[in-house]
Amino acid sequence: MIKQIPVCRYEQLIPGRGVAVLLPDGSQAAVFRTAKDELYAVGNLDPATGAYVISRGLTGSRGGMPTVASPMLKHVYELASGRCVDGPAGPDPAHRLPTYPVLREAETVYVLEDPAIPRDGNAFVLDDAGAAAGDA
Amino acid sequence: MRILIVGYGMVGHRCASVLSELAAQRAAGDEPVSITVLSKEARPAYDRVHLTALFNGSTDADLTYDDPPGVEVVLGEEAVALDLAARIVTGAGGSTYAYDALVLATGSRPFVPPVPGHDLPGCFVYRTVEDVDAIKAYAAGRRVGAVVGGGLLGLEAAGALTSLGLDTHVIEFAPRLMPLQVDDAGGMALRQRISELGVTVHSGTRTEAVHAGEDGAAAEMLLAAGHDPSDQRTLPVEMVVFAAGVRPWDTIGREFGLALGERGGIKVDAHCLTSDPHVYAVGECAMAMDGRVYGLVAPGYSMAETAARHILAGDSKPFLGADLSTKLKLMGVDVASFGDAFGTTAGARTTLYSDESQGLYKKLVVTEDGRLLGGILVGDASAYDVLKPLAGTDTPLPADPIRLLLPPSDGEAVTLGVGSLPDSATICSCHNVSKGSLLEAVQEDGCATVGDLKRCTKAGTGCGSCIPMLGKLLDAAGVEQSTALCPHFAQTRSELYEIVLVRRIGTFAQLVAEHGVEGADVEGCEICKPAVASILASLSGRLGGPKHILSGEQAALQDTNDHFLANLQKNGSYSVVPRIPGGEITPEKLIVIGEVARDFGLYTKITGGQRIDLFGARVEQLPAIWRRLVDAGFESGHAYGKSLRTVKSCVGSEWCRYGVQESVAMAIELELRYRGLRSPHKIKAAVSGCARECAEAQGKDIGVIATENGWNLYVAGNGGFSPRHADLFAKDLSRQELIRAIDRFLMFYIRTAERLERTSVWIERIEGGLEHVRDVVLNDSLGLGAELEALMDAHVGSYTDEWRAAIEDPETLRRFVSFVNAPDTPDPSIEFTTERGQIKPLLTIGRRADRTDDVKDLVSAG
Ligand SMILES: Cc1cc2nc3c(=O)[nH]c(=O)nc-3n(C[C@H](O)[C@H](O)[C@H](O)COP(=O)(O)OP(=O)(O)OC[C@H]3O[C@@H](n4cnc5c(N)ncnc54)[C@H](O)[C@@H]3O)c2cc1C
Ligand code: FES
Ligand code: FES
Repeated sequence: MIKQIPVCRYEQLIPGRGVAVLLPDGSQAAVFRTAKDELYAVGNLDPATGAYVISRGLTGSRGGMPTVASPMLKHVYELASGRCVDGPAGPDPAHRLPTYPVLREAETVYVLEDPAIPRDGNAFVLDDAGAAAGDA
Repeated sequence: MRILIVGYGMVGHRCASVLSELAAQRAAGDEPVSITVLSKEARPAYDRVHLTALFNGSTDADLTYDDPPGVEVVLGEEAVALDLAARIVTGAGGSTYAYDALVLATGSRPFVPPVPGHDLPGCFVYRTVEDVDAIKAYAAGRRVGAVVGGGLLGLEAAGALTSLGLDTHVIEFAPRLMPLQVDDAGGMALRQRISELGVTVHSGTRTEAVHAGEDGAAAEMLLAAGHDPSDQRTLPVEMVVFAAGVRPWDTIGREFGLALGERGGIKVDAHCLTSDPHVYAVGECAMAMDGRVYGLVAPGYSMAETAARHILAGDSKPFLGADLSTKLKLMGVDVASFGDAFGTTAGARTTLYSDESQGLYKKLVVTEDGRLLGGILVGDASAYDVLKPLAGTDTPLPADPIRLLLPPSDGEAVTLGVGSLPDSATICSCHNVSKGSLLEAVQEDGCATVGDLKRCTKAGTGCGSCIPMLGKLLDAAGVEQSTALCPHFAQTRSELYEIVLVRRIGTFAQLVAEHGVEGADVEGCEICKPAVASILASLSGRLGGPKHILSGEQAALQDTNDHFLANLQKNGSYSVVPRIPGGEITPEKLIVIGEVARDFGLYTKITGGQRIDLFGARVEQLPAIWRRLVDAGFESGHAYGKSLRTVKSCVGSEWCRYGVQESVAMAIELELRYRGLRSPHKIKAAVSGCARECAEAQGKDIGVIATENGWNLYVAGNGGFSPRHADLFAKDLSRQELIRAIDRFLMFYIRTAERLERTSVWIERIEGGLEHVRDVVLNDSLGLGAELEALMDAHVGSYTDEWRAAIEDPETLRRFVSFVNAPDTPDPSIEFTTERGQIKPLLTIGRRADRTDDVKDLVSAG
C-alpha cells in the first residue's frame, strides 16, 4: 500500500536547498526544491560515507539535469534518477541514491512511499521519473 | 571475510583505503567483508612524509588522513602475539582479533646507534607526531642541536631544528651527505647549499658518545674522524636527534614464525604474501621479492595495492620491485636522483655540469650510443620530470646531454618538453601510467583536463608529484585547458569578482542571467554557487549595506558549513568553535565553554589555532549552544567557510622576557578587524612578539613578527600538504603601516585569486609574483591602494556576528531541525561511543535506523 507522508508546507522550502524527512520505517529522505521550483526526493543517506546528510548538500545542474552534491566528499547525484554522476574519482555506478515520488497538494508537500519496494539496494525510479518527481 | 591490518601508518592506511573501495564494489550476493585496523599510535593515520611541516605552522590535523569508509579502526592497540594456526592476533590489552586475511604494515622503527649516552634526556628520534612534540617542547629556550645522520631523514630533522631557531650540526659517517642518493660532487653541492642555511655539516665523522652535563641531560658529543684517539673532539650541544636510518619493524613476524630476510624484513612473494598463506606484509616492514626493504612511500603504496587486490579482487599486479628514483626538497634545496645515478652500467659515460657559486650540480649517465641511464640533480631539479621517464628507455636523447644540463639562460641550453618523451615513458610511477596511455585517454576518451586524466587513468592520484606533468602533457597535445569556473560561467573567479564589483551585481540570479554562459541553468552548481556567494559576501559592505550571509537568495548558495554556521563532521553532526581572538580568554569564559560542552555532551579539543573546538552537536542543538555562548559574550568563530580563521599569538612583551612588542594586543586587533572576511580560500594569521617566533607566523598567510622598531610582515606562508615558508614582505612597520599593508594585501588577494587558491599558490602564480604584489601594496603601482582600503573599511564597518543574527531571526532558526516533518526528533543516525572519556562518532556504512516503532507516531503526527 502506498503511503503519502506529509513533509511540510511548500513555502517552508527554500529554492535551491533541501530538508530531511523521517519516514515511518525509520529511514530518511531528502526533499529538494530547486531554483526553478521543481520538487525532488532522494534518500538522505550518503552512500559514500554512511552519514545522513544529503539534504544539506548544494543543488545544481549537470547537463541540464538537476543534481545535489553531497557535503561530505562532494559526490554529485542526479535528483531524478539518484545516479552518481560525478565525484572525487568521477561517476560512480556503485553509489546510487534511492528516489521517491514527491507531490504538492494545495500548500502541503508529500513524499510517497511504497513499503513493498525495497530501497536498500538499487534505486527505485518510477517509469517516468521526471514527471513523477517534478512539481507538475 | 574478516580482514585485519596491523599498523596504521601511510601504507596501512593506503591498504585499508583500497580494501574499502573494493569492498564497496562487491555485488549483493558476495560474502560480506569486514575490515579492521590496529594502530599502535593513539592517533589516526597521517602523512609521515610531511612530518617536518609541523615545524612550519602546520597542525597534526593538517596531516591526518580520513579513515576510509566502513573500516573499523582501533587506535592505541598494539598487536603483540600472532597465532598463525588459529589465525588470531592478540592486542597488548589482551583483546583478540580473528582474521581470514592478515596484512602486516608495521613499518619501521628508528635505528639508534648503540653509543654510550644515546638514551640520555635530550636525545630524540624523529618518526612520529609525538617525537615532533617532544623535540619542540625540549628545544624551547635552547640554542644548539645536533642531528646524527646526513641522509634523507637527517636533513629533514636538521630542517626541523633550524626552523626552531637552533644552531644545527649534522653528523654523517659517510664522506658526503645523502650517500644513497647522490655522489661525492653532488654531496658537495648539497653541503654548500645547506651550509648557507646555517647548518654545520661534519661528514666522515663518527658519533662516539653523548655526554651528560650537570643536570644529567645531553650536553656534549664525542666525535671522531678516524680510529686514533687524537682524532677525537667534542661538540657542545643541548639536544641530539638520532636520524641515522630505520630498521624494519618485523618483531611480530620474527617471534611468531614468519620467514624473514637475513638483514630483517618479513619475506614476501610477488603478491606480498609471507611464508603463511593467510598473512601479507607491505611497506617498510616487508622484504620484497628482489631482496630489498623499501624505505620510501611509493613502493609501499604499490605493495598495499597489490596485497589488497590479491585479497579481494583476485587481479593483483605482482610487486617485483620498485624504482628508487626520488625528487626531494630538503630545507628548500632540490635533490633528485634517478635510474643508474652512479653509472654502474658497463660502458656508461657521464656528463657533468656544476656551478659552485650557485650550489648547482647536475649529472647525466648515458650509454655509448646516447641513451639515458640515470642522473643526479642538486640545486635545481626542474628537469627531473622529463629526464626520469626517459631513463632506461631506448629513445636516444634528443640533444647533446650537456645542453640539457645548462641553465636556461645559456644560449646553448635545450629545455626538454614532455613532447620529447617516447610513448612508453612512465609519467606516473605510482600507478605505472605511460605517456602513451595518457595520450590515448586524451585522444580517444576525450580527456581535456587534469581531473579527467586522473579519473580515466588514475595517474596523479597517488603521491601527486606527476600532476604538473599531466598539465604539460595536455598542453603539448594541443588541448586548450579551460579556465572557466564551471559549466555555468566561462569566467574565472577573479573575473567574476571584477564584474560584480564594477557592475554592482547583487544576486547570483542576476549574475548568471547576465554573465553566465549562453543558456546557463539558473540552478548553478556546487562550484559556482559558493564561489559567487563568497564574492557577494566579501563585497557586501560595498553592495549596499550589511546583509546576513543566510538572508534571501544567499541562503541557497552557501556550502553546508556556512549554511549552518558550523563545521560538518563525519557523522553529520557539527562542531562549534567560539571565537577567542588572539587566543586570549578569561577564566570565566573558559568555564562557560566547559559548561556548554558538558551540558550538551560535546567532545572538546584544543585546536592549532588557539581555540577550543566543540564536536558532536546535532543541528537542532546549535541555536541553543550559540545562545549560551552569545549570552556569555562569545561570537561565532569562523572555523568553517573560506574566511579568516584565527590570528594566533604568543604572549609577547607583556609577560615574555624576550618579547619586544605586545603581540597579543596586535593579534586581537587583527582578528577583530578581519573576522568574517570571505575569501577565495581560508586565511590564517599569527603574531609573534620577538624573533624567536613562538607563534609560527612564517607558516601563515599573514605573519607578523615584532622587531625592536615595529613589526615585520610576512606573507603567503602555508602549512599542510605543501608547506611554504612565508616571504618577508616589509620590515619595521608602524602599527598603522602594518594594518594598511595587510588591508591592501588581503583585498588584492581576494580580488585576483582564483577559486580555492591559497595565498601561497596565488603569489607564485600571479604574474610578477611577490615583487608585483609588493609593488601594488607598498608602492601603489596600480593606483588601487585607496580603493582596496575603502573595500576593507566597508567590510569592517558592516561586520555582524552571524550567530547572534541567526538566533535572533525566527525564520532562520526554523531551519535548525534534524527533520522538517518531526522537528522535535533528534536524528537517530547520529550516535556515539566513548573513547578516552569523551564521545566519538559511531558510523557504519549503509546502516539503517531500525527504530521503526518509536518514530512511526512522531511522523504521522507531523
Ligand atoms: C621525517 C620523514 C620524512 C620522510 N620523507 C620521505 C620522502 O620524502 N619520500 C618518501 O618516499 N618517504 C619518506 N619518508 C619515509 C616514509 O614516511 C615511509 O616510507 C612510510 O611512512 C612507510 O609507511 P609504512 O606504513 O610502511 O610505515 P609507518 O608509516 O612507519 O607505519 C607503521 C605503523 O605501524 C605501527 N605499528 C608497528 N608495530 C605495530 C604493532 N605490533 N601493532 C600495531 N601497530 C604497529 C607503527 O606505530 C606505525 O604507526 C620519510 C619519513 C620520515 C620520518
Ligand atoms: S607519480 Fe605519484 S601520483 Fe603519479
Ligand atoms: S615574545 Fe618572542 S616569540 Fe613571543
